[in-house]
Amino acid sequence: MPPLTPPVNKHDHIEGAANAPVTLTEYGDFECPHCGAAYPVIKKLQQHFGTQLRLVYRYFPLSDAHPHAFGAAVAAEAAGRQQQFWPMHDMLFEHQQELSDKAYRLFAKTLGLDLARFDADMQDPAVAEKVDADFESGVRSGVNGTPSFYLDGHKYNGGYDYMSLREAIEAQLAHAL
Amino acid sequence: MLTANDQAPDFELYSTPDQKFALHQLKGRNVILAFYPADWSPVCGDQMSLYNEMLRFFRKYNAELLGISVDGKWCHTAYSQSRNLHFPLLADFEPKGEVARKYGVYDEKNGQCQRALFVIDGEGIIRWSYLSPDSINPGADGILQALESITRKNEQYATIDPSGK
Repeated sequence: MPPLTPPVNKHDHIEGAANAPVTLTEYGDFECPHCGAAYPVIKKLQQHFGTQLRLVYRYFPLSDAHPHAFGAAVAAEAAGRQQQFWPMHDMLFEHQQELSDKAYRLFAKTLGLDLARFDADMQDPAVAEKVDADFESGVRSGVNGTPSFYLDGHKYNGGYDYMSLREAIEAQLAHAL
Repeated sequence: MLTANDQAPDFELYSTPDQKFALHQLKGRNVILAFYPADWSPVCGDQMSLYNEMLRFFRKYNAELLGISVDGKWCHTAYSQSRNLHFPLLADFEPKGEVARKYGVYDEKNGQCQRALFVIDGEGIIRWSYLSPDSINPGADGILQALESITRKNEQYATIDPSGK
């Protein structure tokens, strides 16, 4: 099993304390129900571990299976151009049943984004390229479905329920000390 | 299980209800053979759907993907349409598992193919193989590494001039 490739770097979307001892990376698809189910679990983990955990999100849209997955990822990246990646990420997972181009614009408006800029970024090939680059990194890292999780750069193959993830993070913390 | 440097056994299987597909049709191209236990496992990103999303990466290395299970050709047709697959699924149906046996990846106990990958070069030689536990989707990183290795070797040989110049 390859390590997370490339490792977490400055081009990634990272939430949480910069010097957190444990990093959880998720490859996700905004239209995937399993990722939707993991979303509240991750929020709970973030609340529980506080400054000991930081979260990284990379795009892995299963475009043939989920027709809105790529567009949603582009919307998140466009929001990221205006420093609102994580709020948009949250809105997309909270509205999984309503993903559409209209919805992304509505979310952007709700987040107070510059809409003209958002529209332009949605069409910018560089934004789509970031989504593609994340996808390719996932393939190289051995992603085999969504969500796929990496703990400190190593693929996590346990359960996606709260207790399994929490125990795994606690084990990583014990190693980190 | 067959492994690197073995000759890949040729075969001909139904890819649609009325068309057969033979391995030798792909001579000159790299081939990825993905044996898997059965169509219709209840997961978003099951192995065949996952590879479906990755075809453009395989094609960069001049590789074609073939999925093989013992499901019949009509089952494959329905499954392929349902998952919107853009590569052939071959029916190792009759005689049951004959091709999987040739590759050493038939699960006699359960009467289905094991979850196994083979990367075959343009000359029909296996360059990499991998057996995954049935319940684990092996992803595509091993496939890409094998294809890269084939491409690098081909490039090396292309620069060697036998006349020594």
